[in-house]
Amino acid sequence: MSTKDDELLKELALEEYKYGFTTDIEMDIAPKGLNEDTVRLISAKKNEPEWLLEWRLKALRHFLQMDMPTWQNFEHPDVDFQDISYYAAPKAKPQLDSMDEVDPELVSTFEKLGIPLNEQKVLAGVVAVDAVFDSVSVKTTFREKLKEQGVIFCSFGEAVQEHPELVKQYLGSVVPQTDNIYAALNSAVFSDGSFVYIPKGVHCPMELSTYFRINAENTGQFERTLIIADEGAYVSYLEGCTAPMRDENQLHAAVVELIALKDGEIKYSTVQNWYPGDKDGKGGIYNFVTKRGICKGDNSKISWTQVETGSAITWKYPGVILKGDHSVGEFYSVALTRNKQVADTGTKMIHLGKNTRSKIVSKGISAGVSQNSYRGLVKIGPGAENSRNFTQCDSLLIGDRCGAHTFPYIENRNKTAKLEHEATTSKIGEDQLFYLTQRGIDPEKAVGLIVNGYAKEVLNQLPMEFAVEAQKLLAISLEGSVG
Amino acid sequence: MLSIKNLHASVDDKEILKGLSLEVKAGEVHAIMGPNGSGKSTLGNVLAGREAYEVTEGEILLDGKDLLELSPENRAREGVFLAFQYPVEIPGVSNINFLKTALNEIRAYKGLPPLEAREFLNRVKEKQKLVEFDAKLANRSLNEGFSGGEKKRNEIFQLAMLEPKLGILDETDSGLDIDALRIVARGVNQLRSQENAFIVITHYQRLLEYIVPDFVHVLYKGRIVRSGTKELALELEEKGYDWIKETVDAEKAV
Repeated sequence: MSTKDDELLKELALEEYKYGFTTDIEMDIAPKGLNEDTVRLISAKKNEPEWLLEWRLKALRHFLQMDMPTWQNFEHPDVDFQDISYYAAPKAKPQLDSMDEVDPELVSTFEKLGIPLNEQKVLAGVVAVDAVFDSVSVKTTFREKLKEQGVIFCSFGEAVQEHPELVKQYLGSVVPQTDNIYAALNSAVFSDGSFVYIPKGVHCPMELSTYFRINAENTGQFERTLIIADEGAYVSYLEGCTAPMRDENQLHAAVVELIALKDGEIKYSTVQNWYPGDKDGKGGIYNFVTKRGICKGDNSKISWTQVETGSAITWKYPGVILKGDHSVGEFYSVALTRNKQVADTGTKMIHLGKNTRSKIVSKGISAGVSQNSYRGLVKIGPGAENSRNFTQCDSLLIGDRCGAHTFPYIENRNKTAKLEHEATTSKIGEDQLFYLTQRGIDPEKAVGLIVNGYAKEVLNQLPMEFAVEAQKLLAISLEGSVG
Repeated sequence: MLSIKNLHASVDDKEILKGLSLEVKAGEVHAIMGPNGSGKSTLGNVLAGREAYEVTEGEILLDGKDLLELSPENRAREGVFLAFQYPVEIPGVSNINFLKTALNEIRAYKGLPPLEAREFLNRVKEKQKLVEFDAKLANRSLNEGFSGGEKKRNEIFQLAMLEPKLGILDETDSGLDIDALRIVARGVNQLRSQENAFIVITHYQRLLEYIVPDFVHVLYKGRIVRSGTKELALELEEKGYDWIKETVDAEKAV
């Protein structure tokens, strides 16, 4: 970039984070600190059965014995686990059946975020929403309509009460408690999240989505999501997330487990826009999340699509265990970092079954002084005859003070496997920018166009309604980053 | 419409334009010819406001407005259009979406509302026909995988869509075969009117057989050394640039 671009880069003010407001509502907040009492308190608040409490306590004991990893491509921040409150819920207990009984303050909060909780206000049957505010789910829409087809879509807490057998069977079956330290932490203190079960042969009639909102101060959000597609079932699920602007860092350590049985298919999309911190790197969410799916049955398919623009640090590797023969795993990612943001993200594709296929398309975009890493593992087990992987990993740099890094790992134990890896690094060229501005397009809009074009292959994977949102988000996120 | 006075411009501190003056009126087509390295493309880039080109002296007025005060996008919005010698590829950005954005940005600058979808599509259809641009190309990513000729035709299509006051064609003929050249020239001729003007930058006389200029200027060492009508281009073709070089250098030596 030339000197004038550099100047512009400095001059242009940071676009303010649009979702940075706070909701003023009376909260029930657990005292700070992490110990057995904390876990017992959460479990009691949620009126959980004994087996789940025991499961949580076991996880806590694992957590206390585990060490922080050191392999990541950023300095792990000091997180004081004793200085966090592990449970925060709006005090007026929301009723889940009628809109009238949800606190109006919450309804308006979600409306401000563009998430209507009132079914009448939604265009007929577009998307069903589970709205999670800090530690609890406040409303799940379209439950009745879904029930007609046997689809279960509810908060995790309700699933524990109403479908304990399913929860017990699958909880921790894809992401074991000991998977990593944050998975252990989540297993001990998880609060709410979404639960989805699609019965045999049912094609879920609408998009399901969960909207996560962190509001309370000095709390973390530790949600748990469990999605099961039974034999021949199909579901498309989307999560979105925002948080207020605060000077302190907040921890978000979620666990998501997906299970696809024979011929089942799960499409999971994320548009992550947690508060990224200010331009000097103050505040922001630590987004340390474990997401994994298992293609348990033959011919099953799991597809992850993520658009990551928020968070001070994004650290996650949504992966797929391809256990069933002929199963398919996909990972499409756009990770945009600017200012002092850090992303260390990618995927793990574990091929175990025969003729399994995986596809990875990762598009990193770095601006400002941010650091953006792709880290991906493709593992081919000895029994994974004729399995195939295709990886494409692109980096786009804006300015010359940011970093893009690629860490591909391959472990192949089967000679019949075919693996392809393509990688490119490019800069937004002065010639591209000039071409667009010469046609009358504002330079920032021009960068937005170029970036959206670059990310198109991934954005195309998103459900229609969200693709438009994601495009806007990418363009807005870059405002003030470029000359 | 366009008035350039004593223009000096440098790239990387090397002076390329050394006192160029030119007056272009509405309805006129001016051809700028000259040997390689004479500053032809620099002129186009300076008019469009490309950053690497630094104007050290002189003025450029477009309908009385000081162009040098304006950013590249505002020059474009005022009606300056540069058809690039080497149009860039922008993967994933659809030609149509790009044009819609450009058109509406220009309209917004003029205080006009965005074109409605139908109006826009009608205009696309009409202009596609006018400049013989393949509808399939219009829907593809901007210049991605286009042949050299397709890229040049896309430039003319964009010119037709944006309807600038001043169109600058920077060696639009380079790399075109005779058929493509004819199509491009026909497109430009269709777009000529009493409201707009063209500056046609070219190394060869060939293009001027199809786009007939009102005036021909010869650029050498950063200045216009000869001006005339289309006959000058023919003379140049016949005698070659060495003729200009020798006579001008000789005049200077005197």
